[in-house]
Amino acid sequence: MATYLEFIQQNEDQDGVRFSWNVWPSSRLEATRMVVPLACLLTPLKERLDLPPVQYEPVLCSRPTCKAILNPLCQVDFRAKLWACNFCFQRNQFPPAYTGITEVNQPAELMPQFSTIEYMIQEDDLQALKESLQMSLSLLPPDALVGLITFGRMVQVHELSCEGISKSYVFRGTKDLTAKQIQDMLGLSKPAMPMQQARSAQPQEHPFVSSRFLQPVHKIDMNLTDLLGELQRDPWPVTQGKRPLRSTGVALSIAVGLLEGTFPNTGARIMLFTGGPPTQGPGMVVGDELKTPIRSWHDIEKDNARFMKKATKHYEMLANRTAANGHCIDIYACALDQTGLLEMKCCTNVTGGHMVMGDSFNTSLFKQTFQRIFSKDFNGNFRMAFGATLEVKTSRELKIAGTIGPCVSLNVKGPCVSENELGVGGTSQWKICGLDPTTTLGIYFEVVNQHNAPIPQGGRGAIQFVTQYQHSSTQRRIRVTTIARNWADAQSQLKHIEAAFDQEAAAVLMARLGVFRAESEEGPDVLRWLDRQLIRLCQKFGQYNKEDSTSFRLSDSFSLYPQFMFHLRRSPFLQVFNNSPDESSYYRHHFARQDLTQSLIMIQPILYAYSFHGPPEPVLLDSGSILADRILLMDTFFQIVIYLGETIAQWRKAGYQDMPEYENFKHLLQAPLDDAQEILQARFPMPRYINTEHGGSQARFLLSKVNPSQTHNNLYAWGQETGAPILTDDVSLQVFMDHLKKLAVSSAS
Amino acid sequence: MQISGAAAPAPPQTGLDYGPPTSGSFPNSGLYGSYPQGQAPPLNLAQGHPGTQPSQRSAPPQASSFTSPASGGPRMPSMTGPLLPGQGFGGPPVSQPNHVSSTPPQALPPGTQMTGPPGPPPSVHPSQAGYQLQQNGSFGPVRGPQPNYGSPYPGAPTFGSQPGPPQSLPPKRLDPDAIPSPQLNELPPQQKTRHRIDPDAIPSPIQVIEDDRNNRGSEPFVTDVRGQVPPLVTTNFLVKDQGNASPRYIRCTSYNIPCTSDVAKQAQVPLAAVIKPLARLPPEEASPYVVDHGESGPLRCNRCKAYMCPFMQFIEGGRRFQCCFCSCINDVPPQYFQHLDHTGRRVDAYDRPELSLGSYEFLATVDYCKNNKFPSPPAFIFMIDVSYNAIRSGLVRLLCEELKSLLDFLPREGGAEESAIRVGFVTYNKVLHFYNVKSSLAQPQMMVVSDVADMFVPLLDGFLVNVSESRTVITSLLDQIPEMFADTRETETVFAPVIQAGMEALKAAECAGKLFLFHTSLPIAEAPGKLKNRDDRKLINTDKEKTLFQAQTGAYQTLAKECVAQGCCVALFLFPNQYVDVATLSVVPQLTGGSVYKYACFQVENDQERFLSDLCRDVQKVVGFDAVMRVRTSTGIRAVDFFGAFYMSNTTDVELAGLDVDKTVTVEFKHDDRLNEESGALLQCALLYTSCAGQRRLRIHNLALNCCTQLADLYRNCETDTLINYMAKFAYRGVLNSPVKTVRDTLITQCAQILACYRKNCASPSSAGQLILPECMKLLPVYLNCVLKSDVLQPGAEVTTDDRAYVRQLVTSMDVAETNVFFYPRLLPLTKSPIENTTEPPAVRASEERLSNGDIYLLENGLNLFLWVGASVQQGVVQSLFNVSSFSHITSGLSVLPVLDNPLSKKVRGLIDSLRAQRSRYMKLIVVKQEDKLEMLFKHFLVEDKSLSGGASYVDFLCHMHKEIRQLLS
Repeated sequence: MATYLEFIQQNEDQDGVRFSWNVWPSSRLEATRMVVPLACLLTPLKERLDLPPVQYEPVLCSRPTCKAILNPLCQVDFRAKLWACNFCFQRNQFPPAYTGITEVNQPAELMPQFSTIEYMIQEDDLQALKESLQMSLSLLPPDALVGLITFGRMVQVHELSCEGISKSYVFRGTKDLTAKQIQDMLGLSKPAMPMQQARSAQPQEHPFVSSRFLQPVHKIDMNLTDLLGELQRDPWPVTQGKRPLRSTGVALSIAVGLLEGTFPNTGARIMLFTGGPPTQGPGMVVGDELKTPIRSWHDIEKDNARFMKKATKHYEMLANRTAANGHCIDIYACALDQTGLLEMKCCTNVTGGHMVMGDSFNTSLFKQTFQRIFSKDFNGNFRMAFGATLEVKTSRELKIAGTIGPCVSLNVKGPCVSENELGVGGTSQWKICGLDPTTTLGIYFEVVNQHNAPIPQGGRGAIQFVTQYQHSSTQRRIRVTTIARNWADAQSQLKHIEAAFDQEAAAVLMARLGVFRAESEEGPDVLRWLDRQLIRLCQKFGQYNKEDSTSFRLSDSFSLYPQFMFHLRRSPFLQVFNNSPDESSYYRHHFARQDLTQSLIMIQPILYAYSFHGPPEPVLLDSGSILADRILLMDTFFQIVIYLGETIAQWRKAGYQDMPEYENFKHLLQAPLDDAQEILQARFPMPRYINTEHGGSQARFLLSKVNPSQTHNNLYAWGQETGAPILTDDVSLQVFMDHLKKLAVSSAS
Repeated sequence: MQISGAAAPAPPQTGLDYGPPTSGSFPNSGLYGSYPQGQAPPLNLAQGHPGTQPSQRSAPPQASSFTSPASGGPRMPSMTGPLLPGQGFGGPPVSQPNHVSSTPPQALPPGTQMTGPPGPPPSVHPSQAGYQLQQNGSFGPVRGPQPNYGSPYPGAPTFGSQPGPPQSLPPKRLDPDAIPSPQLNELPPQQKTRHRIDPDAIPSPIQVIEDDRNNRGSEPFVTDVRGQVPPLVTTNFLVKDQGNASPRYIRCTSYNIPCTSDVAKQAQVPLAAVIKPLARLPPEEASPYVVDHGESGPLRCNRCKAYMCPFMQFIEGGRRFQCCFCSCINDVPPQYFQHLDHTGRRVDAYDRPELSLGSYEFLATVDYCKNNKFPSPPAFIFMIDVSYNAIRSGLVRLLCEELKSLLDFLPREGGAEESAIRVGFVTYNKVLHFYNVKSSLAQPQMMVVSDVADMFVPLLDGFLVNVSESRTVITSLLDQIPEMFADTRETETVFAPVIQAGMEALKAAECAGKLFLFHTSLPIAEAPGKLKNRDDRKLINTDKEKTLFQAQTGAYQTLAKECVAQGCCVALFLFPNQYVDVATLSVVPQLTGGSVYKYACFQVENDQERFLSDLCRDVQKVVGFDAVMRVRTSTGIRAVDFFGAFYMSNTTDVELAGLDVDKTVTVEFKHDDRLNEESGALLQCALLYTSCAGQRRLRIHNLALNCCTQLADLYRNCETDTLINYMAKFAYRGVLNSPVKTVRDTLITQCAQILACYRKNCASPSSAGQLILPECMKLLPVYLNCVLKSDVLQPGAEVTTDDRAYVRQLVTSMDVAETNVFFYPRLLPLTKSPIENTTEPPAVRASEERLSNGDIYLLENGLNLFLWVGASVQQGVVQSLFNVSSFSHITSGLSVLPVLDNPLSKKVRGLIDSLRAQRSRYMKLIVVKQEDKLEMLFKHFLVEDKSLSGGASYVDFLCHMHKEIRQLLS
């Protein structure tokens, strides 16, 4: 089915869209029997070098309930200057002199701002962060507005325009304030003036007032640099046995309130740098007593996390407000312990902000990641966009069930909105406050065509994605993607549908559904649900004789799918064992926004082997791949692990690589390093880079990922010399598949 | 001495400033003046001596009532008449003349024309031109033309309503009922006849002060005898502590107190002590020794917790001691044991301050500290109003400039090289600005807190700093503050949040301290403690008048309580241009032991010196922080009431967030049992405080008083100045709860009862018409009159509500010397004595008739300082003092004398400087020219005269007192 693979690839390259099914079952009933829902992964801002923006307004379908945008799939009557909407079949008049096109833009007048929040625990860590921030200043366009808020026990909003004495407004870290109060206290609210005066004064006043806290970089470059230079540790003593007081909740609230009052509906980022968990005030995650540790999964299960619900509520409230204002929140949390990402995750997840977790601000992980946020595209523009709204229109046989990704519902009900929700549903429009070229949403559909209303042969269903956003060049742009797929009758044309199955997309989309469920449901329930779906899929599409598991076969387009599910079940997205709540939140955050390729790496890490036996090759993610004379390179998206086999490690220890006659060994050692560097260069966020060897403590990163085909239980039974036993009770892929086959062919289920 | 009759003030009619129709407008203006010259005086002053009366036990028999010489002739010193043996001049205290009696006016032949309602100042009859030799040696008009403040004023609406020449009214007998008194002002006019009372014949404060100076100023006052009455506060004397606390620390209303409450009730003499625990001592006297009893802490009675003192009785060979207060027998700890000598005294008594001295200090152990932790050194926080008014008046610039140098003079302990006190800075208008002045910073940092509803301190490290370490940052800050706010347009201010912030800062730093607030306006910004303008002069003389003295909101009381708990003392400098509600704003300073300073309509040129001097003094003052004072007494009496700047959360402990050298606490005692004549009554005042270096100490003052069963002993050992201190404080607190009139009546009644009791029980039998006063209390009427007509109790039209509240709270913590001069100002003639004479000139009585228009006088009351220039002062004097050619060229209201190189100028300026040095507040000089508009202001302080606001003259009041006494006796 090379043609389908090509088709899928081409579609992804061109539109940034990958569907789970590329031929659609033509009725609701059949669609539900397909197990994997009709869904797609959409990367709205996929970078395309060949796509120049057009400079005029889009042409809309004139039907008020439709308003679909003219697209290549529309039937056009050039002589009559008419076009037929492919969604509602309305016939529309062309505006004069129009030629079809997919993307238009219009000028925008406001620019992106950055608002920065920061805090640190350790003096050298603070220094590192200061340097990073100063570096970021140099990367910003000179007219970008920046502000600075620092927090600890108190929250300080720094005034950037003042000369001489540096000035800041201080807020108590324990008291939540409304946006109105914050603006009053910062002196941002307009003074009560007599009516006629107020009217004339207002227009000039607005930029003037806010300018005290938000200033163009070029104006306050020096000022801010000095300010950052003079930042001290929180000047409140921390008594022994206590955590430093950290008012993250209030600081965020103030940043949100400040932007809300000054630049609503204009692109802006709030960047939160935190070196520890919020310990006081609204949004506190843990008390300041060091003897009470921060909540673990265990505590959460036992309902012992006393601050979690309240804190989550606080951050959700902030996240929703931020989203409503079209701003986004980034969280850069660097600490050895947890920092409360679990509670704060909604801030980034809802607003499309970045979440970065590291051990210290002084690591290259943070530094490189942070730098990459300011990377630029080939036009010299930031690879970021703000305040996007995504609208999805479908032809009448389809309805929209929901999306999963860094977005928030705009609650726009319409005829094409399904009542069955998958992910964030009940709307045809979503807001994505911050997005970059790789931001990918999973969009789920429902086929609503009734079984008794067959679609004529050759009928096509169409979906239009309209993304309006503020480009980092401050332009307001609209990107329109219209796709169409053939309908097929599942009874007669199942083969077609089967062949058009995109198992990679399907795996990611199902995984997103699973992860989405995991946020609200118990872990085992989610696993059971996933298993059930998998079994049903196998029953539907597998070829087998009943009750004969050996006869079970899957076609090529499905063959990898069970393996993805196997690894997904073991992934940190669904397994919380050995992960802190923060880590889980962090992993899930990234899983919900990366594109298909990255998502697949996350589900099933890639393993390369380097040896003297041949060129580097991808090998099975299996304990059997761990051989003494191999170097392994594993990419789990979050970690890059280089693992030297036992023999290789001994050789290196003996120093062969330094001997001229063993230069080839030196090259062998170098090869995975070079490849790792290549991955490190491109990846966002920067992965944790682990260089380890046989028996090294860090080897656990590799051992925990590979399929445990050899364990302490069966090693001798297998009687093999190769591979490395994994000390685990987890089932291996083999066992998993055996069970799957057995269940699939069983007539009982 | 000179006879200055020729230069007597012009008749009222000509003096423009005396107002419209003078004598004519007052029906009674000729009250005293209608006697033909040379006629017999109406008043028969008799002076009684104890010996003549059976009730007086110890005094030698001598002196009796005598008639004062005829008017017109030279007079003897009015109080004593012919000197008789033992009559108080240089005699031992016990033999002091202890009462004065005077015949009542009506005992004398009638003949005075009564001219209408009593009360207004007697205006002299134009025909009178006689001057009499004054007792103090100066001459003046017997009844110089009284200022005829002719126009009707609210206090005395009936005055001036009955025009007509006084002579035309029928003569009447003098009747006590007709004696003017504050209470009688509004009585319908009565036509009574009176005799003229010679002002020289009534007790003179000046004479009493002079006598005491002469008699007791030369020898040191040795405190080894129980119940000794110390010299007057106006006398310079040295104190030798030999077992009782110096009168600089404690003064009592009486040094011999009745054994039983019955006797005490009969006498009505308040039993009170005025305690100034940290009083400044003259350099010749040693400050209290510090005693360290080691880890076990000061030795105390197990039952009543009294501290070891010289009165404790050691028994059983020194193994035990009996508490002198509660008689409990305690074991002497082994380390404190010492053998007794044959008299039962410990052998080491003289080596131990706590066994031989009246005042000493103990080092406190950790048990005496808050949270069982030794305190850290205190901090000073300067909190500066930077609203529009403060900037415009130049205050902020001036203050910042001054602070730069002032910070070098923070109080330090003993010989310490550097003050341990840390400083912090806050500026504010509607919001507060804190400053980080950490030494490591290149520039200070400002932190704005606008959440005034819920105040907090934004930083700890870097807010309170050591001056020398952060010198450059602080200087930079003080340079920049005036610039930063130069263009401010913010007029609204907050107040309570500022104090709250300072208090929170101290709390965060875990130390005590003092806030210096510089504030300009009524805090109307939206914040806790927000005030509204409620100044309403219509309330004066109504039942609601008390609300003017009460705080507008209870918020400040609560705040003050928190401040006290933290040991946060608040000093408030006010610079109002209009009403700021001093009554409310001063609540916190008052309850935390801070001072309030008020500079109305502050202008840098005029008020700079006064403000800076007050500021310097207040900053440099030695202060004890986080203090608790407890007064313990012998069984039989008990401290029941306390007056002063402090807070009390229970009935016994006086809590003082700060206590400086000037603050005084007046304590009233009541009987709860019998006292023993033999053992006397003991007082022990213990003050636990943190010194300015952060050392926790206990200062102990002990005083032993005599006890008596005879009333005469009580009256012989009273101190009028202390009594007045108590009564003024009592009355000034009373106005918070009762109508002012009630308060005044209470005072008069109590005073009358005191005097009547004396008359009834102690004085020798004499005509009922005779006014007989105890010698120790002969000034009680004149001083009491001064209290009654003070701004608080009887305000003039020009006295603002703020002024009254201000004075009210000032008096609350005054010591005896301060109340003395405050109520009866000192009036010093400058040109009477030869220039070479370097001593302070003898004062004259505060009455206009004592002023000669050819002289220059200096008047001070501790707050104000006037230089009055007579209209006929010699040109040479004018030239050498003012550097102008004539009287008319002198600028009225001048506040600085030109620095001239001549003896007179040097002497006067020197005198002014020395007067200022004696007072705790800087007195701004005002030059007043005779018959100038400003003279009104000056005359307000001539307290023996009738006041503009309706206050009685001394003579009138004395007559009224006499009437009251007679009523009580009959």
